[in-house]
Amino acid sequence: MTTPIITPDFVDLRLEAASRQAATRRLAQLLVGQGRVTDLDGFLADVTAREQQMPTGIEGGIGIPHARSAFVTEPTLAFARSTAGVDFGAADGPAHLIFLIAAPEGGGSQHMTILAALARRLVHASFREALATAPDAQTVVDIVSKEVVGP
Amino acid sequence: MKLVAVTSCPTGIAHTYMAAESIEQAAKAAGHSITVETQGAAGAEPIPADVIAAADAVIFAADVEVRDHERFAGKPLVTAPVKRAINDGPALIAEAVQAAENRPAASAAAVAAAEPAATQPASAAGPGQAGLTTKVDQGAGLGTRLRQWLMTGVSYMIPFVAAGGILIAISFIIGGPQVATKVFGGTFHGHTYPAAVTGIESFTIAPVLHAAGIAGVLFLIGKVAFFMLVPVLAGFIAFAMADRMGLVPGFVAGLVATATGAGFLGGLIGGLLAGAIVMALKRLKVPRAFAGIMPVVVIPLVSTAVTGVIMFVAVGRPVAAATTGLTNWLHGLSGTNAAVLGLLLGAMMAFDLGGPVNKVAYTFALASLASGDTTIMAAVMAAGMTPPIACALASVVRKQLFSPAERTAGEAAWLLGLSFITEGAIPFAAGDPLRVIPSLMAGSAVTGALSMAFGATSLAPHGGIWVIGLIGKPGLWTAAIAAGIGVSAACLIALKSLRHTAPATSAVSLPGTTRVPVGA
Repeated sequence: MTTPIITPDFVDLRLEAASRQAATRRLAQLLVGQGRVTDLDGFLADVTAREQQMPTGIEGGIGIPHARSAFVTEPTLAFARSTAGVDFGAADGPAHLIFLIAAPEGGGSQHMTILAALARRLVHASFREALATAPDAQTVVDIVSKEVVGP
Repeated sequence: MKLVAVTSCPTGIAHTYMAAESIEQAAKAAGHSITVETQGAAGAEPIPADVIAAADAVIFAADVEVRDHERFAGKPLVTAPVKRAINDGPALIAEAVQAAENRPAASAAAVAAAEPAATQPASAAGPGQAGLTTKVDQGAGLGTRLRQWLMTGVSYMIPFVAAGGILIAISFIIGGPQVATKVFGGTFHGHTYPAAVTGIESFTIAPVLHAAGIAGVLFLIGKVAFFMLVPVLAGFIAFAMADRMGLVPGFVAGLVATATGAGFLGGLIGGLLAGAIVMALKRLKVPRAFAGIMPVVVIPLVSTAVTGVIMFVAVGRPVAAATTGLTNWLHGLSGTNAAVLGLLLGAMMAFDLGGPVNKVAYTFALASLASGDTTIMAAVMAAGMTPPIACALASVVRKQLFSPAERTAGEAAWLLGLSFITEGAIPFAAGDPLRVIPSLMAGSAVTGALSMAFGATSLAPHGGIWVIGLIGKPGLWTAAIAAGIGVSAACLIALKSLRHTAPATSAVSLPGTTRVPVGA
């Protein structure tokens, strides 16, 4: 891959955010900083639109805000850990692991396949556990790269 | 046990695949084999037809319409929101297994007998190809499903509106607006023409060609397509609710609505009624001997008879009574303030877009024209032109408030509106009547009132912009139309925007599929 879906720049292991909007904004800012998202507010509007259709939180403390958006340049994953937790509308409480998935509007299916593989990994407890205990950003990137993109 | 599943979600990049993984893991853990089709952004690889055929049960974990769901007809089916599949895959697998086991042994033969009939069109189209599809996603709230039922009917109706309407408009353009009068007879700008045909139910082409040339033939073909509009709407609303078995009573209800002059609102009611009756009949537990003939004979027969009778009695009669009442009331109003009369007539034109109330207003205008009052016809024609144009305008200005199907209808609606073919707005009104109809009435009322206040006149009974030469004070008349278009389009956008923010507050409702999602 010429452009990795995640780099240490997109990882925040000590996220403090009062709401899912704030958490999403914080992660999206990381993407804007590296040029993966061209318009912060435009992208957030797309994420919010998706979130309003149905909250993206799932059981086990996971929030997965995501969108296909014209303001995304490359398929990208941003990851955050929140000790306090951020409510993403899941039935069993706030999310401690937050994955922001940004996909370009007309993304080719090869890109989408990588995101699909990522989504599939999210279901696995071992994957979540590894991310929950990763000591630093580089470890998170290594785990995702190894599991999703292949060694 | 062999299972198949389809997962899909609004965006198609996350939950679709998480649900697939979760179901696959759960099935493996429970010792079942499963094939999952992920209808997501990475492209769906259809489950091979033989795998579906061999499956014991089907799981739909989907928040949006499952594409080509006809392929799974007749299989025990479990549906769930996509999140449930992610959160609790094992429970979903258990339900599917139970559904397969619960398939009553007694009726298995009957189901097997019914299956070929039910799946034939799908398999005839080849594996992986859709037969007829609906926009319905099971498990959504009643409000959402109601809208999906209506939108299914609308999406099948739109080509009829576009094809028929454009044919009629073309016939006006090449043959002059008096084409309609030449075909059906009547008076146009002082000329009286004999009728070349008695109606679209039975006619011969030669007199039409003789009276109105090729334009007359195109006009007549357009009218035939329009005749199908309400039956197709009603038929496919019922189809969305109750699958193939809904088609017969739905179409019949639509034809009755047309025959009794109940218009598209009558068709909406008829379609919903037919669908509801079939849904109820499908739930009946019947003796084994009967089960085999239920889908092919009993349900279509009973549902059609019941729907037809209810339509004649409960819709046909009140419509006839209302028509008479409204007509008398209108004639009693003569002498009232002209602008008020224009306001009322305008609102009536937009109320049912070619239905009974619209017809009363139009007939009143025809009568006035015959007795020499040309202002009323100008007002009625102007008010009948604004609805399609306003819909077209709104669907361009605020694309995201309209479904792709509606936006397509909008492209044709410009021409239909300009040609005074008010039916061009029906696709919009039928999909969302409570917001669209009041918006259209407001604009048409403004147009009608202004046209009367300006004293615009029309010597032609139809033709829209193509008879601008027969309009008195054409500039002011056009301004009245433009004002009404502005009012209606603004109302449409305002009312539809309100709805789009609503799902956020009512978090209980399942997927807020206010837009019909594409390719998600």
